Amino acid sequence: MTDTEPGRDWPLWEVFVRGRRGLSHTHAGSLHAPDAVMALRNARDLYTRRGEGVSVWVVPAAAITASSPDERDAFFEPAADKPYRHPTFYEIPEGVRHL
Amino acid sequence: MAPTPPATAPAGPGPAAPPQDEARQALDRFDRAVAAETRIEPRDWMPDAYRATLVRQIAQHAHSEIIGMQPEANWITRAPSLRRKAILIAKVQDEAGHGLYLYSAAETLGVSREELLDRLHSGRQKYSSIFNYPTLTWADVGAIGWLVDGAAITNQVPLCRCSYGPYARAMVRICKEESFHQRQGYELLLALSRGTPAQHAMAQDAVNRWWWPSLMMFGPPDAESEHSARSMAWNIKRHSNDELRQRFVDICVPQAETLGLTLPDPELRWNEERGHWDHGPIDWEEFRAVLRGQGPCNAQRLEQRRRAHREGAWVREAAAAYAARHGAGGGTPAGPEGR
Repeated sequence: MTDTEPGRDWPLWEVFVRGRRGLSHTHAGSLHAPDAVMALRNARDLYTRRGEGVSVWVVPAAAITASSPDERDAFFEPAADKPYRHPTFYEIPEGVRHL
Repeated sequence: MAPTPPATAPAGPGPAAPPQDEARQALDRFDRAVAAETRIEPRDWMPDAYRATLVRQIAQHAHSEIIGMQPEANWITRAPSLRRKAILIAKVQDEAGHGLYLYSAAETLGVSREELLDRLHSGRQKYSSIFNYPTLTWADVGAIGWLVDGAAITNQVPLCRCSYGPYARAMVRICKEESFHQRQGYELLLALSRGTPAQHAMAQDAVNRWWWPSLMMFGPPDAESEHSARSMAWNIKRHSNDELRQRFVDICVPQAETLGLTLPDPELRWNEERGHWDHGPIDWEEFRAVLRGQGPCNAQRLEQRRRAHREGAWVREAAAAYAARHGAGGGTPAGPEGR
């Protein structure tokens, strides 16, 4: 086929939707579109057709940097030597309320 | 849905060809993840053959959704009532959406949608055999909804637990919508079956023509299925072709009874010992002919898809030229809202 010229595909966009009662935008999927306006319209039709959301973000996939799975363990190590990051670290005398 | 990485792995330090023992470790990690039912995600290491088989399966699944729009769209302008017409339009719109979800899932494996469409147009990749059958009457729209979408759901529900994360998540979304398609088809057939004798006969004729092709949707018998064993070991597939086909037959028999329609199989009978319905032999010669491109509508379906792509080229170019002139983000109506 000559009508599919390589490299002419529209850029990829990642779609994030915030649901009606959702507190944050959640990754819903992705789509191809020539520009942001078309990406937004297509995302509306594709991912919110049944009232799934009230707010949509589209982001060029190329703008996203992801953490590497190979370094997952080291990268996300929860620093066990820093227990003071957790509320249970702190001892509060019995009977103190609203704390 | 849990937070997920973006569909396409953005540029970054890719997995450079590791030395021998690192490769072994990676394979071990992969095998352990599959055994533990953890999802494999786009940037995780995976065997080349796993990647290749997923690209093949997901792409052909996507192609099926896109080609599958044709037999039903054939009846949009001729739907017998506005209600039925609106339903059918919504359904065909859903199929387009399913195709897009699936192309996106395939793209996380490092292929482009453009390349996949090229493989479809040039006949190097297939789509479901079922869409090479013609829709001859309005009742066919109902038979497709009930039987074809029903078979698709039986096939696809287990895929929601498939080992590859993006595919599994796409299937969750798709299965929700397919079940609505199946219900609309069933309702359509029920209306016809309870209508005039001519309508009843039309419904029966449609079921007669779509029953066997629907059973073929589950693929060749287990003994002849070339990809099955490996796909099952990798948790891509969770049940064998024959198992799923049996499940579908068992579901359909009582549903046909409620419809007041018969299934065109004189050998269909309840097997007390097995606890399943026995069915007659499937015409695998017909199945292979359809896969070879010799079904009733293969040439027509593919040519229509190619033509749409060819004749749409100037529109795609116009959109790209407009985006280039105004900047890809140009004209965004508003900044991100709801922060």
